[in-house]
Amino acid sequence: MQADANLQRRNLRIGLISLLAACGMLALGFAAVPLYRLFCQVTGFGGTTQRATEQQASLAERMGRSAGAKKVSIRFDASVARNMPWQFKPLQVTDTVQFGQRDIAVYQATNLSSVPVTGNATFNVEPEQAGRYFQKIQCFCFTEQTLEPGQTVDMPVLYYVDPAALDDPNMKDVEQITLSYTFHPAKKAGS
Amino acid sequence: MATTADTFQAHHDDHHHDHDADHKPPFFARWFMSTNHKDIGTLYLIFAIIAGIIGGGISGLMRWELATPGLQIMGEIVQFLGGEGSFDEQGHMWNVLITAHGLIMVFFMVMPAMIGGFGNWFVPLMIGAPDMAFPRMNNISFWLTVAGFLSLMMSAFVPGGTWHGAGTGWTVYAPLSTTGSVGPAVDFAIFSLHLSGAGSIMGAINFITTILNMRAPGMTLHKMPLFAWSVLVTAFLLLLALPVLAAAITMLITDRNFGTTFFDPSGGGDPILYQHLFWFFGHPEVYIMILPGFGIVSQIVATFCRKPVFGYLGMAYAMVAIGVVGFIVWAHHMYTVGLDVNTKMYFTAATMIIAVPTGIKIFSWIATMWGGSMEFKSPMVWALGFIFLFTVGGVTGVVLANGGIDDNLHDTYYVVAHFHYVLSMGAVFSLFAGFYYWFPKMSGRMHSELLAHLHFWVFFVGVNVVFFPQHFLGMQGMPRRYPDFAEAYAYWNHVSSMGYLIVLVSVGIFFLNLIYAFTAGKKAAGNYWGEGATTLEWSLSSPPPFHQFETLPIIEDHHSSDDHISPAPAKA
Repeated sequence: MQADANLQRRNLRIGLISLLAACGMLALGFAAVPLYRLFCQVTGFGGTTQRATEQQASLAERMGRSAGAKKVSIRFDASVARNMPWQFKPLQVTDTVQFGQRDIAVYQATNLSSVPVTGNATFNVEPEQAGRYFQKIQCFCFTEQTLEPGQTVDMPVLYYVDPAALDDPNMKDVEQITLSYTFHPAKKAGS
Repeated sequence: MATTADTFQAHHDDHHHDHDADHKPPFFARWFMSTNHKDIGTLYLIFAIIAGIIGGGISGLMRWELATPGLQIMGEIVQFLGGEGSFDEQGHMWNVLITAHGLIMVFFMVMPAMIGGFGNWFVPLMIGAPDMAFPRMNNISFWLTVAGFLSLMMSAFVPGGTWHGAGTGWTVYAPLSTTGSVGPAVDFAIFSLHLSGAGSIMGAINFITTILNMRAPGMTLHKMPLFAWSVLVTAFLLLLALPVLAAAITMLITDRNFGTTFFDPSGGGDPILYQHLFWFFGHPEVYIMILPGFGIVSQIVATFCRKPVFGYLGMAYAMVAIGVVGFIVWAHHMYTVGLDVNTKMYFTAATMIIAVPTGIKIFSWIATMWGGSMEFKSPMVWALGFIFLFTVGGVTGVVLANGGIDDNLHDTYYVVAHFHYVLSMGAVFSLFAGFYYWFPKMSGRMHSELLAHLHFWVFFVGVNVVFFPQHFLGMQGMPRRYPDFAEAYAYWNHVSSMGYLIVLVSVGIFFLNLIYAFTAGKKAAGNYWGEGATTLEWSLSSPPPFHQFETLPIIEDHHSSDDHISPAPAKA
């Protein structure tokens, strides 16, 4: 009986350790959500664009100019989610900029419905390897936008392409980068 | 494997207190409140056979639908279930069928049979333990699996968006499973995964504890039979992979019902994240399904070659290696989501590395047979079928592992052919091998070797006729998950559907064999396979006493692993 109680104690110990491991994996499953977001932001995975400060932007501009960097074409794309009563379009189809050169692009949104609608924009760039070099200084996509019924608003994006892209072999063949936005009706960000 | 029990006296003692050891509770208490590992194993096996009939019946409907171009029977099925039979409903019905087939076969047929059935029955016997570590938790595991199955069945009868049932595929990808499927059906399906997942995690904890703590005196981990090793590795995979699935599908539930946006871009989420989480579980899951099969085949090959398995330690650690590497290759299921070339390169290389330990296993089985005194009894022919067909599936797996080639073959019938070769032939052949190996041990009745061989040959031809042509269809670009196909694919689809009929005949032979065994089968002796069968379960009667090893067997260390054949047990 002594041995039995001893075995039961040892069993319970291994059982609890295993249970703890399972709970740990469950927690890691949920932790994957913020970790994945962080991973995308840091690496530009899946064409996630980057945010830059004024200082970084002017540094990049000087670097690009002094290097006599080549030019790249930027294409602008806009769409709305199926249940979004807005018209949303870029005011220019393409722009040609030098690497490092600061540029402003303007999108235009019109609320076609009869009620005020708040939207937020998701974004990415194609090809995906350009994500980590596509730097936005200011963007309407950083915050939610509310449009009154019938209101039309011009929405600017201030951006540049990081000259560091010139050193990346994956970027060698990239001649055009497409910047794409999709407007969704705003949801409470729950994740 | 030096796991002979030559000095083992316990079963002789059993005769002395047979009345204690074989005292069984009354019917209801025995089968519905069971805490006996053998009874629970039997329940799992019965459950797996029932689920297998349902899942296999669904694949029959699918092959019927795909026998000729155009929609055949989806409309009738929808109307039979009370719908109008519109085009959309028919398409949805197809999705429901493929979802149910996948989920049933993975979670309610292969896993319960391998781990719940054979694992429960033979792990305690092989390591010389009286029962599992937590017998009551064992009972909960089983009934949670049943509850999960019922939840999945119920999902077919409640609204699921376009029509009744969950039509999401077994992967339950968002956004189809969130905004794409309104109605409770998908919730039922997800809940079914929660239930069976919880059951499997408890089972895993039980196996880990049993194997680590309750081995008979003298049985070190490195003397443990390979089947017990395979279940140990599988249990660790379950323990580490299933909670990640639980997390992912819990997020699906909250996205569906409570307004969160884990996988919804409009709220800052990302549907690709779901795929990462799912396959972080999903890839270990495929090894969960096949590793116990490896263990079963190792036992059988050693038994019928009358040799210890070649390279015992290599075999054990190859399974450990497969388990470990299995956790870091998941994105090879999602080469087409837009991974960059370096990521693809890593996942291609890591995936191919798994071929190394797998190759060690295949070659060790062959080396075991080399120079062995082979006997082609029914378990052995099934094991040989396993080795051959699993290797075919492994070869197409190496093809698919290449990120570049997968861009073309992703979601085609080539993939379907590949995973059915490793599962529907790999896992299922090892299940039948194990079944014929141990059925007389479990039931006390001999099956018919003639019918078992016939079952093998008809099944072997059948599954190859079903699945080999699907390689051609995939190479020609036929996509998976559609109820209809272009005229050009008609020929091989027809052949494939004919193969199903052959499989159907073989399943009939299987059940005939069961009927034969229970009505006319000879009583099975304790060790009916003879001197090649050396693990501890063969030292017991068939069926073993209700409680075994009340006196723990002692494994002595006086013989080397070459000295595999146990001397005749001392006369009692």
